[in-house]
Amino acid sequence: MSLVIENVGKEFAARHKKTHTLDNINLEIKEGEFVCILGPSGCGKSTLLNIIAGLEGASRGRILLNGCEVKGAGPDRAVMFQESALFPWLRVVDNVEFGMKMAGIPKQQRRQKALKYLKMVHLTKFQKSFIHELSGGMKQRVSLARALTLDSKILLMDEPFAALDSQTKNILQLELQQIWWETKKTVIFVTHNVEEAVLLADRVIVMSANPGRVKKEFDIQLARPRHIESQDLSYMVGYILKELKEEVEKVAKSEYDSDWHIEKDSVLPDADSNMGAGL
Amino acid sequence: MLIVIWELAYRIGVGVLGIWKPYTFPSPFSVFTTLVELIGDNTLGIAIAASLKRIAAGYFISVVIGMAMGLVIVRFKYLDENLSAIILGLQTLPSICWLPFAILWYGLNESAIIFVIAVGSTFAVTIAIESGIKNVNPLYVRAARTMGASGLKAYWNVIIPAALPGVISGLKQGWSFAWRALMAGEMMSATKGLGQVLMVGRDLADISQVMAVMVVIIVLGLAVDKLAFGRLEANVRQKWGLDRA
Repeated sequence: MSLVIENVGKEFAARHKKTHTLDNINLEIKEGEFVCILGPSGCGKSTLLNIIAGLEGASRGRILLNGCEVKGAGPDRAVMFQESALFPWLRVVDNVEFGMKMAGIPKQQRRQKALKYLKMVHLTKFQKSFIHELSGGMKQRVSLARALTLDSKILLMDEPFAALDSQTKNILQLELQQIWWETKKTVIFVTHNVEEAVLLADRVIVMSANPGRVKKEFDIQLARPRHIESQDLSYMVGYILKELKEEVEKVAKSEYDSDWHIEKDSVLPDADSNMGAGL
Repeated sequence: MLIVIWELAYRIGVGVLGIWKPYTFPSPFSVFTTLVELIGDNTLGIAIAASLKRIAAGYFISVVIGMAMGLVIVRFKYLDENLSAIILGLQTLPSICWLPFAILWYGLNESAIIFVIAVGSTFAVTIAIESGIKNVNPLYVRAARTMGASGLKAYWNVIIPAALPGVISGLKQGWSFAWRALMAGEMMSATKGLGQVLMVGRDLADISQVMAVMVVIIVLGLAVDKLAFGRLEANVRQKWGLDRA
């Protein structure tokens, strides 16, 4: 059981010019691995996730799941979006049951399993509520429960915590770590937050922009359960951040005026000049 | 309060100043007594029954055809590009314009009126369905696809419930178009019905009867709106959390 991304490229044809969003991405993701794809905004990381999910087609290359080519979206790859994408016309528990209903599982079995996963995200009290009655963090919990009920080996997450406040985010990150540990799913997690990536991932893949490429990979060999305040974690974050800063700057420069610079007052205008760090 | 102002205007306008003649400006009391008389000799009962029967038939036809057309148009881009302009044009055509056409086709009978009602509201329903479905948040459809809902399953379980708020307001609009078409049809060519009672009032120069029928029409329209659409809409708004402005 593994997911292989083979020479995937993607272009968008705008009216006047072609935009090169992804260029020749090659990745192999092992079963049960937690991979974070990290990159500045606009580097195509969400596009890559959508291609893996089958929501968008690739211009070149292919995605292989257990040796079979992926064509179109399906319940074998559960997706969690940045906005919860829950259905407002259904109650919480019916939302969680939706995927199972599509699969034709009988009502009683459905309800039982939905409650099991709602319990896992600690929301059984709200099973009869409507979606608009929940807070942002609660919505993402329901969304996670809904994704888990599909029993897919793979869980794709597209910046699921980006819109939450930082306290809620911390709690959910720790819970996700726990749930991943319990369910042993393969997770591909897209984020622009370095701390989040280091906290959760076995492997962090840093992407560069224009065109979107895999710039560097980092194995995070820290003991679990990890905590955000750990020293080792901060060290790793700093290490990756250096790599990422260059990319962020590159993207920002292409968007802002040419006289803009990320560190006007710094004696280290670029990442390569150093004053003896790491001696 | 409104009635008091009305009565006052009647007293001053007709009685004191004599600007209006009594047959051009009714007093609320004469309207009320006419209303009671009309109910008493059962004219109103028969008229309402006839009118409601017609509008039910016409509206039902228009909802069925309108929904079918809306769904087909959304499904096939080719039809959308070619038919949308025509449908918009047809919708702006007042339904009474269809009456001569209907009389030539069906003669002066029930079918002609029902046809006018159906034509009058079909296009409003079609446009509402079409825009309701087009405005469904694409995120819902994407989420549904990742959970294994595609084709008809996705339509039934996601797109239609998601489009419901838009569709309900379209049905409501269709209903009001149907009412107007009904009145137009009845005033021109019916032997019974609310529109016909209204015209009899005009022929007899009985302004109270005209006014009484108008009141009945308003009350009926409000009642249907409150009882049928109002409940449906309130239910949807409550579920979606649209009431918390």
